[in-house]
Amino acid sequence: MNPANNEPVAVVGIGQTEHAAARRDVSIAGLVREAALRALADAELTWSDIDAVVIGKAPDFFEGVMMPELYLADALGAVGKPLMRVHTAGSVGGSTALVAANLVASRVQRTVLTVAFEKQSESNAMWGLSLPVPFQQPLLAGAGGFFAPHVRAYIRRTGAPEHVGSLVAYKDRRNALKNPSAHLHEHGITLEKVQSSPMLWDPIRYSETCPSSDGACAMVLTGRRGAARAPRPPAWVHGGAMRSEPTLFAGKDFVSPRAGRDCAADVYRQAGITDPRREIDVAELYVPFSWYEPMWLENLGFAAEGEGWKLTVSGATELDGDLPVNPSGGVLSTNPIGASGMLRFAEAALQVCGRAGAHQVDGARRALGHAYGGGAQFFSMWLVGAEPPAG
Amino acid sequence: MRYARDVAIVAFAQTAHRRSSQDVSETEMLLPVLREVLDRAGLAPGEPGFTCSGSSDYLAGRPFSFTMTLDGVGAWPPVAESHVEMDGAWALHEAWVELLTGAADTALVYAYGKSSAGDLGAVLTRQLDPYYTAPLWPGPVDLAALQAQALIDAGETDEQALADIAARSRTAARANPHARLRGPVPMGDHVAGPLRTGDCPPVSDGAAALVLAAGDTARRMCERPAWIRGMDHRTDPQGLGLRDLTDAPSARLAAEHAGAFDAPVDTAEIHAPFTAQEVILRKALRLGDDVSVNPSGGALAADPVMATGLIRFGEAAVRVHRGESDRALAHATSGPCLQQNLVGVLEGESR
Repeated sequence: MNPANNEPVAVVGIGQTEHAAARRDVSIAGLVREAALRALADAELTWSDIDAVVIGKAPDFFEGVMMPELYLADALGAVGKPLMRVHTAGSVGGSTALVAANLVASRVQRTVLTVAFEKQSESNAMWGLSLPVPFQQPLLAGAGGFFAPHVRAYIRRTGAPEHVGSLVAYKDRRNALKNPSAHLHEHGITLEKVQSSPMLWDPIRYSETCPSSDGACAMVLTGRRGAARAPRPPAWVHGGAMRSEPTLFAGKDFVSPRAGRDCAADVYRQAGITDPRREIDVAELYVPFSWYEPMWLENLGFAAEGEGWKLTVSGATELDGDLPVNPSGGVLSTNPIGASGMLRFAEAALQVCGRAGAHQVDGARRALGHAYGGGAQFFSMWLVGAEPPAG
Repeated sequence: MRYARDVAIVAFAQTAHRRSSQDVSETEMLLPVLREVLDRAGLAPGEPGFTCSGSSDYLAGRPFSFTMTLDGVGAWPPVAESHVEMDGAWALHEAWVELLTGAADTALVYAYGKSSAGDLGAVLTRQLDPYYTAPLWPGPVDLAALQAQALIDAGETDEQALADIAARSRTAARANPHARLRGPVPMGDHVAGPLRTGDCPPVSDGAAALVLAAGDTARRMCERPAWIRGMDHRTDPQGLGLRDLTDAPSARLAAEHAGAFDAPVDTAEIHAPFTAQEVILRKALRLGDDVSVNPSGGALAADPVMATGLIRFGEAAVRVHRGESDRALAHATSGPCLQQNLVGVLEGESR
């Protein structure tokens, strides 16, 4: 986005469902509608105020419905309106919000409802992600099998002590206790419990892995005029970008993919950020396996190369640290895959609005929402602020 | 000016569509098309400021199928890129909006589908309401037949008129080297009455790509760019009981919002996989007998699902490039019985 000539984009409504391993009480349509209605209520708007709907989710195999937006058109109040479906793997929740933001920024639409969801209980996500031979080696079951070697590479490269991953999981699961919407509420969680949980994909233990969730997230995005009518001060989009690189190629750095670095650099340039560690107050990062916190801290420029784990160990990323990461409990506590990216974007927006409740970071003015997907190859990010963008 | 910038389609390429492409992967099918379209625009792989594609995991039979075709794009160094699980025409819309924001001056848009990988009729039933309709497994031909019968019952067409549409489309496709059916084919028996084999699109594998460029960049790349004067898409509800199947209100709405009715068009490339759908779309899009409809042969001559709609934009654009059209309408559809519709208006500058 090019803020100088475009319509400034405001987040005026945010809604998310209750997340659970299986939301048997609602259909797929009921799930997306729950999030959408909450976002509309938050914005004090109705379906008729919405000009277009942008929906995103991860692979259609997760629910067994091909291009489900067609069937969901009615439930999303999209009849007679533009309805778009984004799919960029795990980054899709973020990408979907950015596609919606562009519709407002370009002045093609005034007020856009954006929704992302996954109802993983309709199928088995691990096997849904396991490609048949010849596309993938037969032993690569699920995402953990794919990412564990890259975590080991990070540990080898940086010499990080082996307990770093458990610190992240312990923090995020405790943060989730302050977020009533989170899927996992592990009362009585201790560091020892995390460290003694079964090893799934060495070095990733059971408690260092994201759950499989049913859930949805929705936001209402609008321009300056819509923001002026909003019931509360909105969050403003200061920058947003997507970057992609191939899955596998000679020279690919799985530990710190260049697409992630380039994407962050683009967002920071748009938002006028030169020192992310000092200028960003809180970050909601896509951390499906605990070790990805220190890895992304480096990739996103919050820490020098090889130093990310030290930030985690220092306590800086705790809720009361100087750079809280995933105060909501993050993907480690709630993971409706297609919605996980949008939850990061939405939680960042809640923080700068001062409306994050018990997991609010004091005085948060600028927040980063981050998502990634595929073989650490698709990235989408936005930076939101409490003030409208300059210009 | 209606939009912040002028954006045009400056280059288009497509495969020779085939019944089966089992000898090549999707990436191998797509790569020559990407090379050709970038060459035409004078761009190197990875050079477009934005890339957007449309495809379906359900056709490929594997999740994240689009991650493989990204290999054909040359996404290194990393590129600004996105993907829609929709026909490529919607990827075109996303890319057009991206260019309007000024974030990029050029965009590569592509789409592909290998219908031959499975039983297309069975696969497309998975698009339907998973609780009430999909368990009945009604295929796309069955649903289109209900629509055609409703149209006949309303006195708006008959089987002979539908056969004429089939013959006209495939006769036009004689001049289209990319088409699968080039020349009339026998109408054959009823597949699902009143639709006969000849009323249905040929199952096709194929890919297509186009390049978008803004302002002076477009003028540099193309002698006569096909300027996008407007583009809009709308949806109807999916439930067949909620719709008048003889009409496509969302197509009409999209055309209105795209500015299609502001001035007459001379050419229209419409995405009507079944003959009877052309009757409905001609009415909804107000296309008179003076408009050249589907000079390429349309979806009745080649139907690589997920790319068929994008091809309509490419076919309309090349006619503007060649000076054969001054103002063309391009249309894409998605979902059962013309549920979702996208309309664009392309213009060449006066000569």
